[in-house]
Amino acid sequence: MANLRFTEQPLSEWMRSGGKESEIVISSRVRIARNLLNRPFPMLATNQQSEDVLNQLESVLQDQRMQQFGPLSSVLLADLDELDKKVLVEKHLISPNLANESRYGAVFISDDESLSIMVNEEDHLRIQCLYPGLQIEEAWEKATAVDDIFEAQVDYAFDDNRGFLTSCPTNVGTGLRASVMMHLPALVLTQQINRILSAVSQVGLTVRGIYGEGSEATGNLFQISNQITLGQSESEIIENLYSVVMQIIEHEKSARERLLSESRLRMTDRVMRSYGILLYAAIIDSKEAAQRLSDVRLGVDLGLIDTLPVQVLNELNVMTQPGFLQKKFQVSMSPGERDMYRAKLIREKLGK
Amino acid sequence: MHCQECGKRPATLHFTKIVNGEKTEFHICETCAREKGELIPGTSGGFSIHNLLSGLLDFTPGSHAHGTKAPENLRCEECGLTYSQFSKLGRFGCSSCYKYFNDRLDPLFKRVHGNTVHVGKVPKRVGGHIQIKRKLDDLRRELQYRIHQEEFEEAAALRDQIRELEKNISEE
Repeated sequence: MANLRFTEQPLSEWMRSGGKESEIVISSRVRIARNLLNRPFPMLATNQQSEDVLNQLESVLQDQRMQQFGPLSSVLLADLDELDKKVLVEKHLISPNLANESRYGAVFISDDESLSIMVNEEDHLRIQCLYPGLQIEEAWEKATAVDDIFEAQVDYAFDDNRGFLTSCPTNVGTGLRASVMMHLPALVLTQQINRILSAVSQVGLTVRGIYGEGSEATGNLFQISNQITLGQSESEIIENLYSVVMQIIEHEKSARERLLSESRLRMTDRVMRSYGILLYAAIIDSKEAAQRLSDVRLGVDLGLIDTLPVQVLNELNVMTQPGFLQKKFQVSMSPGERDMYRAKLIREKLGK
Repeated sequence: MHCQECGKRPATLHFTKIVNGEKTEFHICETCAREKGELIPGTSGGFSIHNLLSGLLDFTPGSHAHGTKAPENLRCEECGLTYSQFSKLGRFGCSSCYKYFNDRLDPLFKRVHGNTVHVGKVPKRVGGHIQIKRKLDDLRRELQYRIHQEEFEEAAALRDQIRELEKNISEE
């Protein structure tokens, strides 16, 4: 596939509006895992069985009721080159797992990229909704509506006691993973973050890096999600996550206020130095870029920088990732070269 | 058992691959698995949640006290996955695995989720009867409450509703 629209633009349409609490919450995501009845899970499925699953699920897209979500594009992972897959992962449109498993792996993506439906990932079907800011409830409503349409046409593997049967025991029951991506620089700066994160893990939630399981939290971005999928209803899971996220927001807000009132000059210095580095650096690695972008984002949120739309920062968060950089400049790069192109891109983007 | 690839190192990964109904068993060491790219199917290699899970799965309830280790031949009749493979991969092969391994799943789910029974969304078609059962439970609870409150008129109406639903179930 030559030009995949979704990999050309760094910013998904859904990211353009802010959403609730957007100074702290970057995005809300809901994913539900489903499997078809009487078919081996993707791990054990033969090529033929995987193809059948794909055909069966793809046919549901024709359902009249699917039209409310706008046209969905089907993308077969096998048709993509490595770079395009990487960019889709960087934009959170597919999971790293689907990128690696290209045997009849596919994704259906809505025009605004807020809905992506993965097929033959770890489970046969994974419905994902992404929204800007704090909108877990809204994301769940959309995901469950899509789920209902699939359920009307295909038989799910479901058990009275265990709920939706999934490939991994950690997803069984609701199959629901709700997560919220938060920017928490003030809690990190005031060294309260560890205390808060360990409290979070005690109420059945988990914290991960921004690209999911096993990835590191860079740029003060933390992804908070539910750990438990069995024995709690969807609304309980979402309310629980919501209330914990609201509390973290309050803590972050008060830490920001304190930083501003007690050390305004030092904060201004920090933010402006980072802004200066981003504006003038000739080489910058991804870790430093993420950290500097976080400082600048904080500066914008605190009103210390008033000339920069936050959207540019959202865009840069995606564009400075290895896959997107290479896509943008159309060259394959060594990590060292990437640092140079990354700096160039940031200068261009901020210099406007 | 030695690795069937290098013949030197002990085999630490055992799994069954089923391609077009043809079953092949593998017993290999991690080094060879990684080289061949045959590492645990579906994972990208390295440490993952599934490695963690297999630690949990090795835990057999009462295995020390009663010697009830998972029998060697415990397997899913549908997809062929054995319990020992499941405990290494940390993943089920198909939905029937839940049925065949059922007796061993409660302790695992208890550890991962703190719960063993689903209370969330029920699919309309496949789970229609469960919705009725849940509705019945709700109605019975309310009936008890009304009787307790001595609101007998409401209680009678609830009783009729319950009878109607029960009749529907038995006719199915």
